[in-house]
Amino acid sequence: MKGKVWKFGDDIDTDIIIPGRYLIHTDPKILSKHCMEGLDSQFYEKVNKGDIIVGGKNFGCGSSREHAPIAIQGAGIGAIIAESFARIFYRNSTNIGIPLLEAPGISKILNQGDEIEIDMENGFIIKEDGNKYEFKKLPPFMLNILEKGGLIEYLKDGNI
Amino acid sequence: MPKTMSEKIFSNSTNDNVESGDIVVANVDLAMTHDLTGPLSIKSFYEIGKKVWDPDRIVIPFDHQVPADSLEAADNHILMRKFVKEQSIKNFYDVNQGVCHQILPELGHVVPGEIIVGTDSHTCTHGALGAFSTGIGSTDMAMVFATGKLWFKVPETIYFNVNGELKNNVYGKDLILNIIGKIGADGASYKACEFGGETIKNMGISDRMVLCNMAIEMGGKTGLIETDEKTLNYLKNRANKKFKIFKTDLDAPSLEEIHVDVSELEPQIACPHNVDNVKPVSEVDSEIDQVFLGSCTNGRIEDLRIAAKILKGDKIANGVRMLVIPASKEVYTKALDEGLTKIFVDSGALVCNPCCGPCLGGHIGLIGPGEISLSTSNRNFKGRQGSPDGKVYLSSPAVAATSAIKGRISIPDKY
Repeated sequence: MKGKVWKFGDDIDTDIIIPGRYLIHTDPKILSKHCMEGLDSQFYEKVNKGDIIVGGKNFGCGSSREHAPIAIQGAGIGAIIAESFARIFYRNSTNIGIPLLEAPGISKILNQGDEIEIDMENGFIIKEDGNKYEFKKLPPFMLNILEKGGLIEYLKDGNI
Repeated sequence: MPKTMSEKIFSNSTNDNVESGDIVVANVDLAMTHDLTGPLSIKSFYEIGKKVWDPDRIVIPFDHQVPADSLEAADNHILMRKFVKEQSIKNFYDVNQGVCHQILPELGHVVPGEIIVGTDSHTCTHGALGAFSTGIGSTDMAMVFATGKLWFKVPETIYFNVNGELKNNVYGKDLILNIIGKIGADGASYKACEFGGETIKNMGISDRMVLCNMAIEMGGKTGLIETDEKTLNYLKNRANKKFKIFKTDLDAPSLEEIHVDVSELEPQIACPHNVDNVKPVSEVDSEIDQVFLGSCTNGRIEDLRIAAKILKGDKIANGVRMLVIPASKEVYTKALDEGLTKIFVDSGALVCNPCCGPCLGGHIGLIGPGEISLSTSNRNFKGRQGSPDGKVYLSSPAVAATSAIKGRISIPDKY
């Protein structure tokens, strides 16, 4: 997986990712247009498919709204890397098939606009200069869900 | 081995001897979804199932957009009413009942020892009655609807051992804001937050709910309080389910104890735009445009009584608007019977129907660019109550009512 870095700070909450007034919608196309609107009203226009969000600590804190990862996925983001994630957001993203990679110290290493590659299998983030940075490997249970494309596909496959 | 309440509840549910860190698939006792996150849950459910696992274990209240304020909200309500009918769900509460986290305990759906999930992050409120209760997303709820089960990582516990007597005009809200300010917005990430000690023993159910409600604001997976006489009194005449009581062993290895002394605690306020940006009210001076008294945090009758006592015979300051939103039909009725509604209306406040109100920034009472809201709810994120260029402060009902009269953020001084 390769993409451009879109960098955000600590405690990016679900109201930033998708404000409450848009939760009446369930269509990813509509939700994605308002993704990150509170911080950058042009975010949706600027992002390309496969780009990667890099956050600080406690990314996705706040509400249980699955509209948040749906908006991010709908905008084309392929993965989120952060120092740490809030619990419900972590589950919700995994459940719809967005890989979340926890990499302490990463927000000091990656910059806005960096082109990076993610080696999911071996657990590395690779910068253009070839430098590699480790992320915490996902437990096999979560990897299985991601490989199926989310919890619904995982369950359809007869799991649990 | 000594265990925490969470470990005991999960051991009971899985019929196994589990401890923190274990990933378990547990039976869910009660599942709640509401009008805002329900439509996504239903869409996902129909991808994997036709009939829910047990309609009697599902509760569906409408509370975020009631009455419907747009065609989209009306469509969502129609979709959910159809689901309720198709699935024979009896525990359905339409637009007239109130906020989910208030009506679930009030109407007897919450009992100690159960595992409760809800597609709302403040589902952790129900830990105040000794249940393990946590917020989940819509896809997780689809799995629960289809199978009655969900995977959990059994959490470690932070045990807040709270002692000392709260000063006059200092409440549960001030205590929890103070704790969140100290340990930070991710200070309890993935952990169960249990509150115990003399102060909690002496605290009523309403304030206990405030503590558990805001456990998520420090990243907690749930809030928890040990079941005691007060819990049992609350449950009397409400819940008619059988239940088991589980208690934490304070020497459990997965427990971290934090001591809190409240005897010198002053009224607290969370400043924009993070819930852990907490200061004593005495250090904050700001004009305000709107005061919101309500929500699943502080919209109970006890909260309305505190505010009404302060507002009685006084007027809300010129240029300030105040919304009073009782959290449920029961609270609304009591406020009418006790004459509180008249006090609010006479003071210049607007009393609305039970609902989430401005808290989610998607229904009524939004704030515009540059406006400042003082709210008794639980979140002050940028844009939470409307414009991203607005500001939200969080406080107790006493601070909110005093500030409404003075037109600025103020310490309660009337009583």
